[in-house]
Order: sequence, then C-alpha cells, then structure tokens
Amino acid sequence: MKFPAATIAVIVLVLAFAHWLKLDYFYFASYTILQFIVLATAWNILGGYCGYVNFGSAAFFALGAYSAVFMDKFYPLPVLALMVIGAVVSGIVGLGMGYLTLRLRGAFFAIATLALAVVLQTLVVNWDYVGGSRGAYIVSPETIGIAGIQVSYIEYLFALMLVLAAIALTTARTIERSQLGFGLGAIRDDEIAAEAAGVPTLRLKLIATTLSGALMGMAGAPFPYYIGYLQPSSAFGLEYTVNSIAMPMIGGTTGWIGPLVGSILLGSLQQIAIITISSAVNLLIVGLLLVGFVIIAPNGLTGLAQKYVRLWKQL
Amino acid sequence: MTPLLHLDNVSKRFYGFVALDGIDLDVYPGERLGLIGPNGSGKSTLVNCICGTLQNEGGTVQFDGKPLDGLTAHERTHRGLARSFQLPRPFHSMTLADNLRIPLLYTVRARLGPLHSTGDLDARCHELLDMFGLAKKAKQLPGDLTQVEMRKLELARAMAAEPKLLIADESMAGLSHSEINDILALLLRLNERGIGVIMIEHIMSAVMKFSQRLAVLVSGKKVADGNPEDVVHDPEVVRAYLGQ
Amino acid sequence: MGISADLLINAVVAGLLLGGFYAAVTAGVSIAFGMLDIVNIAHPAFVILGSYIAYFINVSFGVDPILLSIIALPAFYALGALVYQIYYLSFEKRGQESLRGLAFFFGLLFVTEVSLVLTFGVDYRYVKAAYIGPSIHIGFIDMPLRMLVPFLAALALFAAIELFVTRTFLGRAIMAVSQDQLALQLMAADPIRIKRVAFGISIATASIAGALLVVIQPIEPSVGRDYIGRVFAICVLGGLGSMPGTLIAAMLLGVIETLTSTFYGPSWAPAVAFGFLLLTLAFRPAGLFGR
Repeated sequence: MKFPAATIAVIVLVLAFAHWLKLDYFYFASYTILQFIVLATAWNILGGYCGYVNFGSAAFFALGAYSAVFMDKFYPLPVLALMVIGAVVSGIVGLGMGYLTLRLRGAFFAIATLALAVVLQTLVVNWDYVGGSRGAYIVSPETIGIAGIQVSYIEYLFALMLVLAAIALTTARTIERSQLGFGLGAIRDDEIAAEAAGVPTLRLKLIATTLSGALMGMAGAPFPYYIGYLQPSSAFGLEYTVNSIAMPMIGGTTGWIGPLVGSILLGSLQQIAIITISSAVNLLIVGLLLVGFVIIAPNGLTGLAQKYVRLWKQL
Repeated sequence: MTPLLHLDNVSKRFYGFVALDGIDLDVYPGERLGLIGPNGSGKSTLVNCICGTLQNEGGTVQFDGKPLDGLTAHERTHRGLARSFQLPRPFHSMTLADNLRIPLLYTVRARLGPLHSTGDLDARCHELLDMFGLAKKAKQLPGDLTQVEMRKLELARAMAAEPKLLIADESMAGLSHSEINDILALLLRLNERGIGVIMIEHIMSAVMKFSQRLAVLVSGKKVADGNPEDVVHDPEVVRAYLGQ
Repeated sequence: MGISADLLINAVVAGLLLGGFYAAVTAGVSIAFGMLDIVNIAHPAFVILGSYIAYFINVSFGVDPILLSIIALPAFYALGALVYQIYYLSFEKRGQESLRGLAFFFGLLFVTEVSLVLTFGVDYRYVKAAYIGPSIHIGFIDMPLRMLVPFLAALALFAAIELFVTRTFLGRAIMAVSQDQLALQLMAADPIRIKRVAFGISIATASIAGALLVVIQPIEPSVGRDYIGRVFAICVLGGLGSMPGTLIAAMLLGVIETLTSTFYGPSWAPAVAFGFLLLTLAFRPAGLFGR
C-alpha cells in the first residue's frame, strides 16, 4: 500500500508547488518531460521487459494526437475522453501490428514498427480532414473550471499529464512484479525456451504491445491542445522515437525507475540545451549518449548505481 | 495399451531438403526409449516437430490420444510434453530458482488452477533443486554454473513442467564419465516416478544402460526400432551408423 | 481510362533503372542481414555519408563521384571492420544483439544524420558530372544518363559480389559462416574474422551506393531515412541472403514506386516501400525467393 500513497502524495505536492510558482514556462517545460516519462515507460514495457524494440513510438504518439484532431472536427469531446480514445486507437493498432509481426523474429518486428511510422505519416499527410501537410489548428479555452475553481488550461493539461505519468509508472511497476513481468523476462532471455517451458509467448507479447501502444496514444491525445497547431512533422517527430529509446536505455531498462530517471535527466538536459544551444546539437548529444551508454553501460544509470551500491556494501 | 506418444508418417522438409521422411514411432507411458542416429539424421528436427518448435508438414503427432498438430509449443508443454535443449538455453538474467519458477507458474499453475498457492510451488521448486543437486546455487545466475550443472538445470527446468513424457536431447554430450553417470542416475530416478523418457544420445554405453527400447534414425528415416541388443546388431544399423 | 502507353512504358523503364540503383544500396544490407544476421539499420547512414563525401570532393576538386567512391573503398571497408568489432565486443559476444545491437545501430543512424545537418545544413546538395544532364533516346523511351550510369554501375557491383561469393575462398567462407558457424570453427577458420571482413565489405558497398545516390538525386541529410524501409523491404521481399532475389525485388519495388509517383503523385511514394514491407512481413516473411 506504500507505493500508491506515495504516488498520490507526490502528485499533490507537485501540483501545489506548480500552482504556487505561477510560472507558465514551468508548465510548458514540465509537460514535455512528463510526456517523455510516459513514452519512455511505455516503450520499456515492450523493450526492456520483453526485449522487443519499437522504432515507431512517434507513430503511436501521433495516432493519439490525430485521433484528438479528428474528434475535434467531428464531434468535440473533453480532453479526458480524447485520452481514452487515443489509448483505444493506439492500443488496437499496436495489437494489430503485433499480431501480424510478432510471430516473426524480434528484428522483423523492429523493422515493421519503422515501416508503420512512415506509412501512418504518409496517410496523415494525405488526409485533408485532419489538415494534411498544412496542419490543423486546435482551439483550446484559456481556463477551465474544475470543482468550482478556474484554472489555466495549461495547468489543467499539466495535471492530466502528471496523473498519466503516475498511471504509466504504476502500470510498469505492477507488471514488473507480477507473473506477466516474469513471463516477459523469460521471453526476453530466451523466447524458444520460454515457449518450451509453457509460457504463452504470443499472448504475452501482444499484451505488452497493446499496453505500450495504448499508453503512448494516451500521451499523444492532449498534444494538439497543448501545442495549438499540429503538423504531421511535429506529431511524428523523430525526437519522440529517439527519446523513447534513449531514455530507458540510459536510465536503465530492467525496472520502472530507469525510464523515470532517464526521462527526467535527459528531458531536463534537452530543455536547457534547446535554449542555450541549437536543437540539432541537442539531438546529437542524445544520440551520442545513447550509443555511448549502450556500449559502455548496458544496464543504464540504475545498473551503474546498483553495481556501485553492491561494491560499496562489500567494502 | 495405447501409446502415450504416437507418430504417424511424420514428415518435414526444408525447401528442397527432406529432413524427416515418414516417421512412425510409438512411446508407451513410463517407457524408456533411446533414439540414436548419425549427425544430421533428423533427431533434433524430430524433437522440434514433436514439441511444436517446428510444425511437421506430413503425418500427425498424437499425445495422450489427442492430435497435437497445429498446437504451439507451450500448449504441448501444458499437455504434459517437456524437452531439454541440446545446447542449454537458460534464462540468463534469472536465478536458478526463478528459472524453475517459470514452468511452475506457467505450466503447473495453469494446470492446477490460478488460485493454487505460491507456497506449494515454492516447495516443488526447492524439491527439484535438491534432487538435481543445484540447491546450493539456487540464488545464483546460470552464468555461474559448470557444464554439467547447466545440463542439470536444463533437465530440471523441463521436469518443473511436471510432464508425462520428457525428451532429453543430448544432455550428456561432452561430459566426463562420472558426470554422465550422474545424469543417467537422475534420468532413471525420474523414470521411476512413472515419467516416460526419450533419450537422444551418441554415448552408446549410456543409451544401452538406459533404454528399454531403441530406435535408429538415418537420413530422416527410421531404420530400426526394438530391443536394444537386437537393434545394435542389426546389419543395416551397423552399416549406416555404428560401422562408421 | 486513356493512360498513354508512352508514359506507362517510360515510367516502367525509369522504375527499372531506379530499381537497379536500389539494389546497389541494398547489397550491403543483404550481406549484413542476409548472411551475417546483423540488423544494420544504420546502413543508409553510411550510404548518405558516402554521398556527402563524394559531393564534398566533387565540389572542391571536381573529381568524378563514382571514381571517388572506388578510391574511398578501403576507408569505408576499414570503417565497417571497426564498427563490426565494436558491435561484436559489445553485443554479439554477450548475446544482447537484439535489443542493444538495434539501439546501437539506430543511435549511429541518428548521430550520422544530425552530424551531417550540423556540418552541411539542410539544403539540397548536387554534384556535377559529364553524365548528369544528357539522356539517351530509344524510340519514345527516354533514359537519362544520370539514371542509366548508376544502373550499370549497380549491375557491375552485383556481378562483382556474386563472383566474389562464389569463386573466392573468402567469399565462400562468408557463405559458410552464414549457414554453420560451428563447422567453420572446426575447419580452423576464425568466424569472427570472416564476419569482420564481410561487414567491412558490406559498408564498402555503401561508398559506391552513396556516390550513385548523389548522381541520381540531390541529397540532404534526412534522405537516408527514406531508404531504411526500401532497403529492408527489398531484403525481405527478395529473400534474405539471395543476391539474385535482391536484384529482382529491388527492380520490382523501383517500378511500383515510379508508377505510384507518376500516376498518384510523389507524396505517396514513401509509403510504397514501407507498405510493401509490412505486407511482406505479415503474409510472406520468407520473401518471394526465400532461402
């Protein structure tokens, strides 16, 4: 019971702190980092826990975003409902794609996710209803009334993303400690042996893919409201794919803490870099860190921390 | 008595190459069958087709009276068929105990019902570790094991699925004389519990000591099947395999 | 529906020429993925690197890009050998090539692209050569030399690789290593060294493919990404490790892409290769001519 209580406490504290700060910039910067926490954690459920690399995080994210744009034009709904729709759409696509490709080797799945991202982007670029390549404007209100209080809309979105991040982290932690997580680990270590031991590998992989996709879609749904003007190139941006891989790899892939650490660290680094240097150099640093960590510290920062703690205890 | 495992005209091709050519084979409950044959004769392919890692194209595989065709490997394991791998494939990021917990959770618990107590599964895990002499290293990773310990882990993990039939694929290859006897004794003990065992081996002394019946595979065809002494002196077998 | 036969046939011819070029780009991945089981999704990055090197030397010294790429072969080979060595020591040896190996190559792809953006900017770059501009006319068929020359060079590259793999000891050892590493070790040949040589060759082909690329089209750093899908679609469609299959699949893809572009507009072109890839993986992963 400790973890849920601690999580709620953290959420309340962060919200209170942010409200007291009254800095719009804080909301904007933190929203991005919270988004990355969700994406990194979601990616890690399939990547770190199960061993299947997804190169199409941007696609699932954008599906959530464009579902929201579609609904905005078709039948406006509150953002919360859009997040559920985004989760369902991305979840179903994840399930479908998983069903088609997860019976093949992991490398083929990875390549298929790459293909999915490009195919979806091409479809969206050619779909005028959601704006096509010209983009879509989404109007969001200045403030919104919650329980009688008027809060600024960006604060509302920030709160939503904070709760979503908590949900993602809780989901990852629950999986990690459950029989499902155990089975995913067996698949990651040796899929053929796992099958022979009685693990229903396809079913578990599909669960992981669907959950992962759904979380990413949920993260994407509020994005058009956050950004106001949505273009395919920004929704399908490469930085989502790179970061959702780099953050868990650098933070550590074996547990739920790794992606959290990786997102906060890398996310903050990038926020600083974008202001002080150019955004291209910022991405270069992320790429170099990814390659460096993957070679030198395969278990990420949490792995290094565990190693030093173990060494220190032996002294 | 109906056979536990019944292979009827099982065939498997890899593009042009015929790996298995109309194999008929029966294994009875609690029986000890030895399966020998030269390298490339199709033994591993046969195991893979029986266990579902590969799907056979021709003929049928029946287990416990029901056909297995089309079933995945994990479904076959749930029905009581288990195998060890020729090159051990442990779950390298998990402790030995956890390696055994995977089949216990996913096969035994699935069979007994999801509400089955974890405590009982833990007890079964420790009993197996004890039996295979791995209890001391229960909390270590497979990377810390010796060769023979890896083979034992491989067999223990197959046994953890509580099968009716165990297929031991070359579990003694490359081991010393005493290690071979060690594994042989283990397999005999397992058989005493009523579990059928198919032993695939090249080490003839072990095969002869172990088998109640001996089958020989050469170039994808079964060329002999019967009493071990008779089979070993069968001129065709001598020519194709032993005489080399 | 009145689609003029002229337009159709010219589109098909253009597609075949383009396909030949695609095959040259894919040759390296065919070796790495098809024979060595290394999922080098960064291969297009090496190709685009080759393009930029060819562009830079061409613009500074006026050297013919294709000639330059041949001179640069040893450098690219060395680069390939180095990358393989890192890959082997960090991932293959530890058995972690699926997750971390992929992430490694993705990182390389990404770092290369961003480095090129920082060095050269995002403007399109062109090379100058004698065969860029003029075309050959056979009846109503137009064949621009800037497409024909790379096509012929690609065929030459393929012939060279096929000869190497079937006639030389090293080539046959590479084929052997792809099928049975254990047997190779028993023959006292070092599989790691052979794989390193093969991967070196794989990256060396990127040098030539890069030069061909910059002859065919103007380049900018993100062009490499379009080729990931194409290259793997061709590999899978052609059947992993089959060089003739790769060639045919490449031409097929080239034709379909060109027809789509001509009759439905170029904005649909990127989806063709990737869509093909998804369909092939979903329904016929062994490819049309699989091994």
